[in-house]
Amino acid sequence: MQLTGAQALIKSLEMEGVEVIFGLPGGAILPVYDPLIDSSIRHVLVRHEQGAGHMAEGYALATGRPGVAMVTSGPGATNIVTPIGNAHMDSTPLVVITGQVSSAAIGTDAFQECDITGITMGITKHNFLVKSAHEIPRAVAAAFHIATTGRPGPVLVDIPKDIAQSTMEWWYPENIEELDLPGYHPVVELDTNAVERAIALIKLAERPVLYVGGGTLKSHASAQLRAFAERTGIPVVTTLMARGAFPDSHPQHLGMPGMHGMYSAVTAIQKSDLLISLGARFDDRVTGKIPSFAPNAKVIHVDIDKAEFNKVRAATVAIRSNVAAVLEAWDAAEAMPQNLEVWWKEIDAWREAYPLVYDEPSDEGLLRPQFVIESIAQAAQPGTIVASGVGQHQMWASQFWKFEEPGTWVNSGGAGTMGFGVPAAIGAKVGRPDRVVWCIDGDGCFQMTAQELVTARAEGIPIKVAILNNAYLGMVRQWQEMFYDERYSEVYLSPDLPDYVKWAEAMGCVGLRATNIEEMHAAIATANSIHDVPVVIDFRTDSSEKVFPMVAAGASNDDIMVHPLQRESK
Amino acid sequence: MNSPEPFLGATSHTPVRHHILSVLVENKAGVLARVAGLFARRGFNIYSLAVAPAETKARFSRITIVVDAESAPLEQIVEQLDKLVNVVAISDLAPKDALERELLLATIKTNVDSRTSLLDVVGTSGAAIVDVDAGSVTLMLAGTPAACDELERELENYTTIELHRTGRVALPRLGKAATATIPD
Ligand SMILES: Cc1ncc(C[n+]2csc(CCOP(=O)(O)OP(=O)(O)O)c2C)c(N)n1
Ligand SMILES: [Mg+2]
Repeated sequence: MQLTGAQALIKSLEMEGVEVIFGLPGGAILPVYDPLIDSSIRHVLVRHEQGAGHMAEGYALATGRPGVAMVTSGPGATNIVTPIGNAHMDSTPLVVITGQVSSAAIGTDAFQECDITGITMGITKHNFLVKSAHEIPRAVAAAFHIATTGRPGPVLVDIPKDIAQSTMEWWYPENIEELDLPGYHPVVELDTNAVERAIALIKLAERPVLYVGGGTLKSHASAQLRAFAERTGIPVVTTLMARGAFPDSHPQHLGMPGMHGMYSAVTAIQKSDLLISLGARFDDRVTGKIPSFAPNAKVIHVDIDKAEFNKVRAATVAIRSNVAAVLEAWDAAEAMPQNLEVWWKEIDAWREAYPLVYDEPSDEGLLRPQFVIESIAQAAQPGTIVASGVGQHQMWASQFWKFEEPGTWVNSGGAGTMGFGVPAAIGAKVGRPDRVVWCIDGDGCFQMTAQELVTARAEGIPIKVAILNNAYLGMVRQWQEMFYDERYSEVYLSPDLPDYVKWAEAMGCVGLRATNIEEMHAAIATANSIHDVPVVIDFRTDSSEKVFPMVAAGASNDDIMVHPLQRESK
Repeated sequence: MNSPEPFLGATSHTPVRHHILSVLVENKAGVLARVAGLFARRGFNIYSLAVAPAETKARFSRITIVVDAESAPLEQIVEQLDKLVNVVAISDLAPKDALERELLLATIKTNVDSRTSLLDVVGTSGAAIVDVDAGSVTLMLAGTPAACDELERELENYTTIELHRTGRVALPRLGKAATATIPD
């Protein structure tokens, strides 16, 4: 069967089971958009390529399947660089197809030429510049294989226009050997020796903590985690990337560690004698000052990526594996720590003394952002997916939403990309149309990618957006208040400019505003009653609210600052 | 590449702080950029780097990289390199287990007075004359990095028009583990 390169590309995506592409066409990718008309694959036409990338990420985070985006060369390609970098930091499986100028024009500064494989070399897991139509099936199959195996990540496939237009005899790789990747070996046999040595450490532990990272979600190990945690009684903390990997309602869950983590989670890590790191990478937002991070803990480090071992913290035992396999092996061996009664007594005392708190909700002044999130959560049906932007609202969402299952928290962790929320929520809703999807956004973030609500309306993707409108780049304001003597530099945004309600309406969404508690409950109820179009609520929140607990950047976790309401007692 | 100071080789009076990585890569466009980019972005320093097709199979090249094992832990350098999809195998040669060789080519300005003494230097260093004209001589030395260093020092007494070194290539000493082998 003779196909054009463009037809082969679409057929290859079909072979990989792709159900949706997020994208926007242009000159160099034009040939590929033609056979797309005849394909079963859904295409979501975005309003900005950054939106396509974040939608693909949201889709991947909510479904566990790779997200696919397609854009044209030059500015189309550079517009999707931020999502690629974001996916790289968060190990999210993405396949990004970019058009490229014709082979003969490469290197001549042709119209809309850019070296996108060069630009993304450091922020993709791998990328390909396809040299012939015959190579397209192999490149696509390899891209999906690389994006989804081992430590997942973004893979970019750059296709020159003449190659999309030339013809090839259709074929498709039938096995991994045909992908011709002699340097790629994502799977390794479980090192039973290391598993044994880890068990020996677990047996001696009196103050163990399960430090659960995004890799636990990536390896679908939630069930194994729960089984292991419940059998051993070891306390669990879940990082920002792992929210939902272990139920927040579970009595053994101490919550999120790190800069804005729960006091009990941070302190349990600090005092532990054994950190069992499951797909976590000792990010500086978790460790604080590294020399004083969990100073007395031995470390069992489980990761599929062996470059993580000893990168930040020396591992006592390192096990290269997916998380699920190790937990199963430990369970099979009935690995048990020492009696943890004393340890739990200490932990419970911390939990009791320093729960999450905020100032009493009142109708004097503006809404408390934490109360808004709790109220949305309370009115939400189980299984609701929450996406967020980056800033104070993101930290509050992670703290005050109660996550019960994997794939319900969609956020930008490693890169902290403002503007992630709205498009990621759209992508999540496309992947899980059966679920309600809320985006908890900041007013600053919303302004970065709000145009994708036009996409959402046009494509019938009814997400709900809660703007915690504090009229500020709040997280930066918080740092200026606390560390720069309240010298506020370029952080004020205004609560009324833009008018978020009118803006939402102009984009075909329902726009609502809430300035007091009554309006807040009413707006949430209205939003929950609308199922066909996107809803945007402008919640007017108090700009003086700060995120606590907090470990200042570069400070030791021992110097965690609790909420002012709790300071007397400390 | 980002060498913080000139590297004088692992002679008896310089402490050993370099490692030699013999990296087998797929012979594909952009591979060198991927390797070099990784070193730049992770802040790993390179003293020298030499690339050429490996053995008989044209699919692979061997990159010999002399790395500064103080700029980053060697384990990190190796593991990050190993994550590059086009990197097939890496072997780490400790300097004491390695046979290291390098080529030096230099064109030296000569006159009647200096030519005789230059020929002496050539003779004692084991270099060879590869080109001559009325006012200059091009000489070559294939030897250990230390021998190249030594010759370079000797040549400071002359007027050098141009001097090139290739950066070293290395093989394990016999009886030591082989470098990364080409997969079938
Ligand atoms: C693209 C990008 N630019 C800048 C920043 C730095 N930054 C982090 S949080 C933040 C403020 C976000 O403001 P807003 O969306 O209103 O959220 P808030 O903190 O007020 O809840 C800024 C500017 C960033 N993370 N991402
Ligand atoms: Mg704000």
